Amino acid sequence: MSTEPTTPILSVAGVEKRYASGLTALAGVDLEVRRGEIFALLGPNGAGKTTLISIICGTVTMTAGTIRVDGHDIVKDYRRTRSAIGLVPQEIAVDIFATVWNTVRFSRGLFGCAPNPAYIESLLRDLSLWDKRDSKITELSGGMKRRVMIAKALSHEPTLLFLDEPTAGVDVNLRRDMWAVVRRLRERGVTIVLTTHYLEEAEEMADRVGVIDKGRILLVEDTADLMDKMGKRRVTLALQTPMTAIPPELAGWPLELLSDGQRLRYSFDTHAEGTGIAALLKRLGELGIDFTDLDTERSSLEDIFISLVERA
Amino acid sequence: MPGINLHGMWAIYRTEMQRAFRTVWQSIATPVITTALYFVVFGAAIGSHMQQMGGVDYGAFIVPGLMMLTILTQSISNASIAIYFPKFTGTISEILSAPLSAFEAVIAYVGAAATKSVIIGLIILLTATFFVKIEILHPVWMVAFLLITSIAFSLFGFIIGIWAKSFEQLAIIPSLVVTPLTFLGGAFYSIEMLSQPWRTISLFNPVVYLISGFRWSFHGVGDVSVAASLAFMAGFIALCLAVLWCMFRTGYRLKS
Ligand SMILES: Nc1ncnc2c1ncn2[C@@H]1O[C@H](COP(=O)(O)OP(=O)(O)OP(=O)(O)O)[C@@H](O)[C@H]1O
Ligand SMILES: [Mg+2]
Repeated sequence: MSTEPTTPILSVAGVEKRYASGLTALAGVDLEVRRGEIFALLGPNGAGKTTLISIICGTVTMTAGTIRVDGHDIVKDYRRTRSAIGLVPQEIAVDIFATVWNTVRFSRGLFGCAPNPAYIESLLRDLSLWDKRDSKITELSGGMKRRVMIAKALSHEPTLLFLDEPTAGVDVNLRRDMWAVVRRLRERGVTIVLTTHYLEEAEEMADRVGVIDKGRILLVEDTADLMDKMGKRRVTLALQTPMTAIPPELAGWPLELLSDGQRLRYSFDTHAEGTGIAALLKRLGELGIDFTDLDTERSSLEDIFISLVERA
Repeated sequence: MPGINLHGMWAIYRTEMQRAFRTVWQSIATPVITTALYFVVFGAAIGSHMQQMGGVDYGAFIVPGLMMLTILTQSISNASIAIYFPKFTGTISEILSAPLSAFEAVIAYVGAAATKSVIIGLIILLTATFFVKIEILHPVWMVAFLLITSIAFSLFGFIIGIWAKSFEQLAIIPSLVVTPLTFLGGAFYSIEMLSQPWRTISLFNPVVYLISGFRWSFHGVGDVSVAASLAFMAGFIALCLAVLWCMFRTGYRLKS
């Protein structure tokens, strides 16, 4: 049953977490992640993202609920589920006296895999760590340490990879390398769950996004659908002669005046039938309002995210 | 999927042993120098004024006690640091997220700590042979006591490492409890030499049973019977395992 392609790779049901301090970090989370997708979990600081990931990986205990990985219960069948999971934690924690090679080999063994130097070599090469294989962790820069964390997480060839804010404090090169690695993993069928505060990243990388706030999932949606459904588009016109107010003839249109009346902005839903741009331009022509430039833009996931979290 | 994560246990054991080999000279020099010092102070300075004790030379008499003293403190400090340090640096989360049972983790960590203790014990024995002539009457029992003590106190150290919230707490039990008990437990004398009520009171000191059993394996005489020594060790190991079992069941100080 567990190998049916329809079984979600990860299913979280009714998960609650109350820390010893009395703080409720998760207030009933239900979530399913599909096999082979890239899933982005978004939420403000303290929303419960790391808590949820830590529970799935076994470093934090849950107060209530059930979690299945590939159909197996993470508590009863922890050996099986944990062997399948790789985790790049938010905080870098690695034995600083060990060498890069030793710590990655250690992780592979720890997760129950027979030694495979060829695989570790390819992993280190992919992450541009091969030259540093004999360096001690203390001798590495922060970005390199993060690469080591990724190598450790991938050392046992997991099928479900968690990246908890992998790009926080990381330079452009590493970010690009990392997304290249993520894409390659996805091609090999690895499911990836990531959290990030860079929403353009989620928008670009993720097949689906989930938004979590105050320990509750607010929404889970295909990234493209979400952009369609909630995204707004707008057209901004640079006016030839500035206006002091929107003419009464245009009262029916959702327009705004910007930059001291030099620009006119028209916003509309992406999914609205007939955008009305043509009609607007025609009407402007009839009223003798000329413009020198025209600019169109779409609202980003970031705007959607902010409006969602503010509404909650 | 195999029922035991042997690769995982080996990974921990090997890494723990490597840590000792990184500082191999320090690991060897410390017990060698300490032993030599004890022989100079106790063996030469005091021993020359002492008669034989229990039919053996005083120098030879203190060898088992000296080994025990070092094994107890080394086992506790090795095992407690092995688990406390990952807790302190956060690398413990990797161990907690691994497909490894708590019992397997204990075997690996305690096994490595106990191995180091046994090696150090043997180094002390070897160093001692440069100072005194040593005969071991029951070598198999000697090895058995060495192993059991190393394992028992590594388990105890592991518990301290999980329990401790600071480096001070880590050091407090070894220095405030174990070292005094060892000195008072007949490491350097026979409790037969004590007058009452101190002799009876000493029988409540658990370390007496360890040293006595170990000394018996060397010289064939001890303060208490070998059976009592073995029973004590078995009880101590059982108690440590029970405490650990409770700790892991509740995620005590390891998982939030
Ligand atoms: N060990 C802990 N003990 C008590 N409270 C905790 C613990 N870990 C986290 N919390 C609390 O639980 C809540 C959720 O924290 P969590 O780390 O899961 O948030 P997050 O979504 O990962 O945030 P961020 O984006 O800042 O990483 C926060 O209010 C946090 O203070
Ligand atoms: Mg977090």
